[in-house]
Amino acid sequence: MDKAYKHHEEPLMRITARSDMPAGKAWIIRVLAIVFALVVGGLVILSLGHNPFSVYADMLRGSLATKTARVETVKIAVPLLGTALAITPAFKMKFWNIGAEGQIMAGAIAASYFALYWYKVLPGPLLILVMLIAGAVAGGIWGVIPAIFKAKWGVNETLFTLMFNYIIIGFEKYLQNGPWIKEGTTYPKIDMFDQAARLPKVLGVHVGWIAVLVLTVVMFFYLKYTKQGYEISVVGESVRTAQYAGMNVKKVIIRTMIISGVISGIVGFLIVSGADYTLNENTSGGIGFTAISVAWLARLNPFVMIFISAFLAILSKGSNTIQTDFKIPASAAGVLTGIILLCMLGGEFFVNYKLIFRHKKHAELPKGGEEA
Amino acid sequence: MEHEIAISLEGICKSFGSVKANHDISLDIRRGEVLALLGENGSGKTTLMNILSGIYFPDEGRITVNGEEVTIRSPKEAFELGIGMIHQHYKLVEVLTAAENITLGLKGGLTVKRRELVNDIRALTERYGFELDPTKKIYDMSVSEKQTVEIIKVLYRGADILILDEPTAVLTPQETEKLFAILHNMRDDGKAIVIITHKLNEVMSVSDRVAILRKGEAVATVNTAETDAQTLTDLMVGRKVSLEIERPEVDFEQTDFLKVVDLTCIGAEGHKALDSVSFTLRSGEIMGVAGIAGSGQRELCEAIAGLYPVQGGAILCRSETSSGEVRENIVGMSPTEIIKKGVAMAFVPEDRLGMGLVASMDMIDNMMLKSYKRGKGPFVDRKTPRAMAEQIKDELEVMTPCVTMPVRRLSGGNVQKVLVGREIASSPKVLVVAYPVRGLDINSSYTIYDLLNQQKKKGVAVMFIGEDLDVLMALCDRIMVLCGGRVAGIVDPREVTKDEIGLMMAGERRDEEVG
Repeated sequence: MDKAYKHHEEPLMRITARSDMPAGKAWIIRVLAIVFALVVGGLVILSLGHNPFSVYADMLRGSLATKTARVETVKIAVPLLGTALAITPAFKMKFWNIGAEGQIMAGAIAASYFALYWYKVLPGPLLILVMLIAGAVAGGIWGVIPAIFKAKWGVNETLFTLMFNYIIIGFEKYLQNGPWIKEGTTYPKIDMFDQAARLPKVLGVHVGWIAVLVLTVVMFFYLKYTKQGYEISVVGESVRTAQYAGMNVKKVIIRTMIISGVISGIVGFLIVSGADYTLNENTSGGIGFTAISVAWLARLNPFVMIFISAFLAILSKGSNTIQTDFKIPASAAGVLTGIILLCMLGGEFFVNYKLIFRHKKHAELPKGGEEA
Repeated sequence: MEHEIAISLEGICKSFGSVKANHDISLDIRRGEVLALLGENGSGKTTLMNILSGIYFPDEGRITVNGEEVTIRSPKEAFELGIGMIHQHYKLVEVLTAAENITLGLKGGLTVKRRELVNDIRALTERYGFELDPTKKIYDMSVSEKQTVEIIKVLYRGADILILDEPTAVLTPQETEKLFAILHNMRDDGKAIVIITHKLNEVMSVSDRVAILRKGEAVATVNTAETDAQTLTDLMVGRKVSLEIERPEVDFEQTDFLKVVDLTCIGAEGHKALDSVSFTLRSGEIMGVAGIAGSGQRELCEAIAGLYPVQGGAILCRSETSSGEVRENIVGMSPTEIIKKGVAMAFVPEDRLGMGLVASMDMIDNMMLKSYKRGKGPFVDRKTPRAMAEQIKDELEVMTPCVTMPVRRLSGGNVQKVLVGREIASSPKVLVVAYPVRGLDINSSYTIYDLLNQQKKKGVAVMFIGEDLDVLMALCDRIMVLCGGRVAGIVDPREVTKDEIGLMMAGERRDEEVG
């Protein structure tokens, strides 16, 4: 053999899958990821010329220190948790519903219709009930249409639900600029709801917070202990297995998306009736997308979602506070939130994989190539 | 005979998580020799060869090629060292010709000198005795021809150390013999050949030396001429095992349980995956189904189970309302409807974790896969399935720390025990099993044969889709041979030879090529 063989170094770094990480260690990694994020975020704050410790402290103060602050924080967390719960059954089924945003808006529009035009006809509690039902039905319809297309013709649900967001938000803008515009103004704005159409408060926050906490428990039991929850898990794992087991996969897909859409629609109702008292194009405000992060970080566990959504609400409210207190631009606060979210998601990589660096002792072998 | 050492492996270790796939393996691969790498599934054969071909990187150990220590980081670097691997799954571009596939990705100018290329390939095929038309498109080829293309591709690129991973799995006995003749030609030409396999008769007929792996360790290397199948099995398993498969006789009167009449199904490519298939399945028998891969086996069992659309024909069963007669036509019914009709049928599909079980769920949740709807109310009952899971775990000796372990964490044999156990627990009258021992170690395989025989003795009608003709011929009462979706014949395994079945498996395929 007269071929000249090349000498190769071992690769500097390799990635190997792991499945053996104990749960405790996994949580340590997740906590470390947040710590790392805070350190990186601190460097960003430092580069803007502020003291990271006082900025972080201010974030906490701004979101938790006073009752008003806490009320505001909870108001952010409620729809976030509700929507995360809404998309959970769909995600468990591996139906990528990224249309919660639109389903919230559909529910909000339907609820607003009754709030704006029926408040004189219907008595208070009945009006609220009608608004709730309208929101649920509208959200359900907006969620089930992509599911029907998926079940009958295999249409990609991700693109479908995404596009549906733009349609319904566009429709809201039309209402706001035309038919539903506040009387006597030219500025495109919808009138504030009558008192009768506003949700009552418990401990300073609209009752929606109790509703989503109850829903958290219900969703946990639904997924874990019911026949329908079992069907969702099997369909999500393998459609072929579901068929083999005699499940009607189309029915499961459609039913689950109705549930997902109905909950999103109710969240829409909670926002307009409990928090904003009006409807505008920012009613859904990206909640449908942030909720995906919440659901994912919580690994689809409803109880963990309570903490994740609370954490994100604190971040969100806190970054508002530092904007005013430190004159930190809104974009920088956004960067901070982004860093923390990225690190939390990135931490999952280290839970699932490990890195192996080049062996030190390889260089000691007689013919192991040149010294590093 | 002494041969020049092509590759020398020393102390190779490779772990995946907590699994030691290879542990301290040392092995020599010599020129002018066919080395068989024998081991049960999961013994680390493929991992070891993937390390050689640059797909995995070893955690520890040294590789010496032609006397020089090397580091192989990618398949490309393996190629530079003259190592070529032929994988189980072929990587060919269907719309290109054999010659085009062979040159694909090679360095060179913008143009391909087709005539020269074809001549080069012809020279190679003649030298070793391949049968291949370099201008034929891949999609027109049989599996055996595709394999030939893969081998020539590797040779054309100058490989002189060839590794073949389970090359005979998809071949008929005749095609296997041809391949072995070619391997011997290449060996005589001075190439080093490694063949990965778990079939003993093949080891005996093709190899010069056998290296036996067990649980990631190299337990022995012996000269083929100085050993026999029983010794190799004992080495492979680690203790004495019996290679006898029982075929018990039943003493009751056998009645018809399932009648399939002129069953026709259309495959994914629009061809007839099943073409007028007719047969009767009787109680107390195991009917084997033989055929090369893709002859309609999958469609047949899925059609019977209500999972594959049927174009024509009938599948007649006994049901609760048919008063013992075989007249309930289940064509067009979903699995749920079949169950509702009271047809006691169980199906062990080929794809265990992708169809028969839910990989991420534990034994309990997998037990209730077909029965979760039982009981009133919206909640599932996990008590009954838990008891069933515990029972199957004890009776079939499923190796798992507890029944709440996700089944994907179990080994292949244990996964199959869970699946077969569940299906048998439903007290079926008709039991369809597809490739029930694929990927299983010898011990688990024999457990499965025993279970099937028990069912047969109970009077169940068993249909066994298999790939190992030796097993089919030892276990089954009758064998139906499928070829290109048609029944080539139903034979008594006691009265035919393996070669005769092999010819039936291949016979009609030639017809198909003409038509």
